[in-house]
Amino acid sequence: MVLRITAQALEQVRHLAQAAHPIEACGLIAAASGEPLAHRVVPMRNQAASPTWFSFDPREQLQVWRELDQREEDCRVIYHSHTASEAWPSREDIALASDPQVHYLIVSTWGEVRHAARSFRIIDGRVFEEPLCVQP
Amino acid sequence: MSVSVIVPTLLRPLTDGQKQVQAQGGTVRHIIEHLDSRYPGIKARLVKDDQVHRFVNIYVNDDDIRFADGLATPIRPGDQLTVLPAVAGG
Repeated sequence: MVLRITAQALEQVRHLAQAAHPIEACGLIAAASGEPLAHRVVPMRNQAASPTWFSFDPREQLQVWRELDQREEDCRVIYHSHTASEAWPSREDIALASDPQVHYLIVSTWGEVRHAARSFRIIDGRVFEEPLCVQP
Repeated sequence: MSVSVIVPTLLRPLTDGQKQVQAQGGTVRHIIEHLDSRYPGIKARLVKDDQVHRFVNIYVNDDDIRFADGLATPIRPGDQLTVLPAVAGG
């Protein structure tokens, strides 16, 4: 397992996380249908507007998913930020991760963070970290 | 009355890989029960304790049924049901 992501998309997510700090940023990164490379960042409103919690707005999500369909894209990555902890899935992240095929990218804007961007698969409550393969 | 239901990737293993299926019923609850009779196991992924499961959003056309009448939300001819994974975390 590896997350293939463009350098531009990764940079954009980091930038969005910094801009939202201390509120958690969230969104998705789309890939062409059936292709691994995540390249189009779609920022989502954090309905919770919280430093410790995020949730997509269901209505916005429906519009975005319809757009993915029209563009023949898949939601390859769900990203969010941690603002005062390491980029590691929280208990809630694990409990609420419903799709074993999605890459869960966490970026941290915490000042003391060691690794600012990490990717995971979360399958039946188990966390598997995977390397990031950043492509031009 | 038959309406179309858009199934998320996550649940397509239960619908023989189909993205869009047909189901019958006058409320969301009846639609889900009808779906479960054709695709066993799908109800357990959508409903828990007679509420929409927190892992999913169910929409009738553009509206999230949590903000309507939940599983009792009525279905009319030509409506479309969409199921999406709910996305949240800490």
